[in-house]
This record gives sequence, structure tokens and C-alpha cells, in this order.
Amino acid sequence: MNLTPDQTVFWSHGFITINLTIVTTWGIMLFMVIGAKLVTRKLKTTHKISRWQCILEMIVTGIKDQIQEVGLGNPKQYIGFIGTLFLFIAMCNFWIILPWYEPPTGSLSTTAALAISVFLAVPFFGIQKSGLLGYLKTYIEPTFIMLPFNIISEASRTLALAIRLFGNIMSGGMIIAILLSISPIFIPIVMKALGLLTGMVQAYIFSILATVYIAAAVQESIKKKKLINKNTN
Amino acid sequence: MQINWFTVIAQIINFLILVWLMKKYLYKPILQAVDEREKKIASKLTDANSKEAEAKSEQAEFKKKNDDFDRHKKKMMDALTGDVETERQKLMDTTKADAAVLKLKLEEASKELQESLNKQLMQKTQDEVLSITQKVLSELASTNLEEQTVHVFIRNIKAITEKDKKQFIDAFDSGSAPLSIKSAFDLPSKEQQSIKTAIEDLIGPDVKYIFETDPKIIGGIELITKGYKLSWSFAAYISSLEKSIASSAKESLKADKE
Repeated sequence: MNLTPDQTVFWSHGFITINLTIVTTWGIMLFMVIGAKLVTRKLKTTHKISRWQCILEMIVTGIKDQIQEVGLGNPKQYIGFIGTLFLFIAMCNFWIILPWYEPPTGSLSTTAALAISVFLAVPFFGIQKSGLLGYLKTYIEPTFIMLPFNIISEASRTLALAIRLFGNIMSGGMIIAILLSISPIFIPIVMKALGLLTGMVQAYIFSILATVYIAAAVQESIKKKKLINKNTN
Repeated sequence: MQINWFTVIAQIINFLILVWLMKKYLYKPILQAVDEREKKIASKLTDANSKEAEAKSEQAEFKKKNDDFDRHKKKMMDALTGDVETERQKLMDTTKADAAVLKLKLEEASKELQESLNKQLMQKTQDEVLSITQKVLSELASTNLEEQTVHVFIRNIKAITEKDKKQFIDAFDSGSAPLSIKSAFDLPSKEQQSIKTAIEDLIGPDVKYIFETDPKIIGGIELITKGYKLSWSFAAYISSLEKSIASSAKESLKADKE
């Protein structure tokens, strides 16, 4: 029994390894991109639109509103990152309803990759908003002593993000696998339904936390900038 | 449970590629479409609002026009009603006046007609009475009646008042013509003599007489000398009756007029 899809290797050459995680990710990426392309190919701006366009609009505007609710003023700037984060994790977790499917999010490498992306995105958006110095200054706030704690906080929350998602999804898969060996009828279906719910919730949690971190960084920077401006004036 | 660092790097790259692709194929077009639709809806709403405002103003204008029209109509109607009433009153007055004039005329005509009828009736009655009396008396005239007539005449001569006697004598003296005695019937000589005697008793014996018969004198005798006439006849009574009827008819007409 494989604990993670990383262990299913298709092709390997030294450091380069093509495993199930990467292949499944590619499949999901292909599905998402083709689906998006197909639906957005004939978008209508009239009041009468296709069902798929309606669904996608609902999803996209829902994500946008959610970002705005968390406190990011210009959601269009962050929707690419946060929206894709949510949709990718949701898509990965959605297909667990298929038999023999192993979600890429059940691999610590994938969740680590996503957590690292968030870890990098936070300073990226913070610097984009208030400049390198402005962002870096947030680490020595309120005093210089807080610098190591801030750094630890950054690292730990990234680790927490990765472990939380991996743990939830992996455990779900694991439980299904164990139950499948004990009682192969009915119970796994219920567990899969539960897993689907957990997967969606985790996708939401992951992306909303990422939004909160980004928002905190951005707003902190803006606050600092305003304060500096006030002091200089 | 270990991290495959190649997978991590690959997944990061995969994710970044996915972010770029999704941005390009999903978020951008979808958000654009939504924005465009929102813009369209906003413009449509603005359009609708302006149209609504326009409609409202038009409605207000129409209402105002309608009110004006109603007011004008009412005013005109009132004026017309007043005119009609005035005209009606005028026509009524004219008609009344005309009717009054006509009534007056009719009354006058009716009165005239009545008067004329009365007159005619009276004349007719008068004529009839006279003619009947005349006829009756003519038919009654007989020898006895003639004798009686002569007697009455003689009695009248004898009963003449002093004043009349004097007047008669004066008239007889001044004229040289004979005394003319007219009677409705031929006087027999006996009667002629009686009359002569009666006159002689009055004025003396030298008198010439002319006896004439005049049927116009109804059952009577006339003694005529210059300026004096002594007579007795039914005609006098008839004349008196005629006068009496005429006077009573006049009085009746006068009473009717009043």
C-alpha cells in the first residue's frame, strides 16, 4: 500500500522522477485549462448565457467576493493566485470519487510545493504593494526583538499549511483504503462522500489562509506606509 | 512519508504555469464578461431611468394637458350652459311677450266679434220687433180701430195744454196754408167732421182742411201746420220702443266693454 502517489514512479533519470503525483497534476491541469478554454471560447455579455458560463461566473465571482471579504481591496490582482490555489486543490480532491484515484494533494511534495508558493507569494505581494524596504520593515515591528519570532511564524505557518492539507487528504485516502480491506461494500462510499466534503473544506481553508496571510502582509505594509507618510508630514 | 524535492519543484512550476493559464483562460475573460455585462446592465438601467424620468415627465405633461383640457371643457361647458340659459330666457321672454300681444289681439278680436255679433243681433231683434209690431198693428187696423184712433186723436186735441194750444194757434195764424191731416187710412166723412169740429173748437171755424192718406203713418193721424205737428200714431210708440231698445243695447255694450 502506497502512502503517497510519489511512490508510484513511471520514469526516473537521476534527480528527475516522473511519478503519479506529477502525472495526475498534469491531467488535472489539462482538464482545467481545456475546460476553461472551452467555456470561455464563446462567452456572452448579454443577459442570456450558457449554463457552463453561469457556473464558472458564479465560481469566479464567488472567489473574488471572498477575497474582498477577507480584506484585499483589489481582488482582481490576487484572484489568479488565490483562485487557482482553491480550484487546483478542489479539483485534486474532487476526483477522489473515482476509484483507484490518488489525489496529488495526498502527497507531501505537492502540499509543500503549494505552501512554498504561498510562502513566496506573501512577500511578493507585500513588496509589490509597498516596496522591499517597506515589507522587510514589517519583520522588525513592533521592535527589533520580534524579528526571529516573525521569521519563525512565517516558516511555521508554511509548514502548517503543507502538513494540514497533506494530513487531511492522506488520512482520508488511508481510511478509505483500510475500510475497503475490512468491508468493501457501502462504508467506503460513505467515507468517500465524507472525503469529498473534507477535500472541499480543506481547499477552502488552504486558500482562505493564504488570502489572510497575503492580506495581512499587504495591509501591514499599507499601514506602515501610511504611518511613515504621517510622520514625515 | 518523505518529500521528493524534484516533485516539489515540479509542482511549484506546474502550479505557476496553471496560475498563468487560468489567469489567461478563465479569470480574465470571465471577469471581463461580467464587467461588460455589468456595464451593459448599468447603461440599460441608466437608460431605463432616463426613459422612466422621460415617461414620468411626459405623463406629468399629459396629465397637465388633460387637466387643462378638462378645465377648459368645463369652462366652455359652463359658458355654453349660461349662454343657452340666457338664450332660452330671452326666447321665453320674447315668446311670452308675443303670446301676450297675440292674446291681447285675440281678446280684442274676440271682443270686436262679440260686439259686432251683439250689434247685429240687436239690430236684427230691433228690426224684427219693429216689423212684427208694424205687421201686427197693420193687421189689427180695422174700422173700429180707425174710429178709436180718431177718438183718441180728438181727445188729444181737446186735452192739449194751454201752452201747446197757443203755440198751435200761433203757428196756424202765421201760415196761410190749409191744415194738413194725414192718416194711415181713408178717414170717413163722419170722422173727418168730428176732427174738424174738434179743431174748430180750438181755433175757430175758418179753416181749410186737406185730408191725405199716408200708409207710412202706422195706424195714426197727423195734424200738420206750419211749424207745428200734432199727431198720434202707433209709429210714435214704435219709435219710442226703438229708442228704448237702442239705448239699452248701448248700455249693455258699454257694460261688456268695462
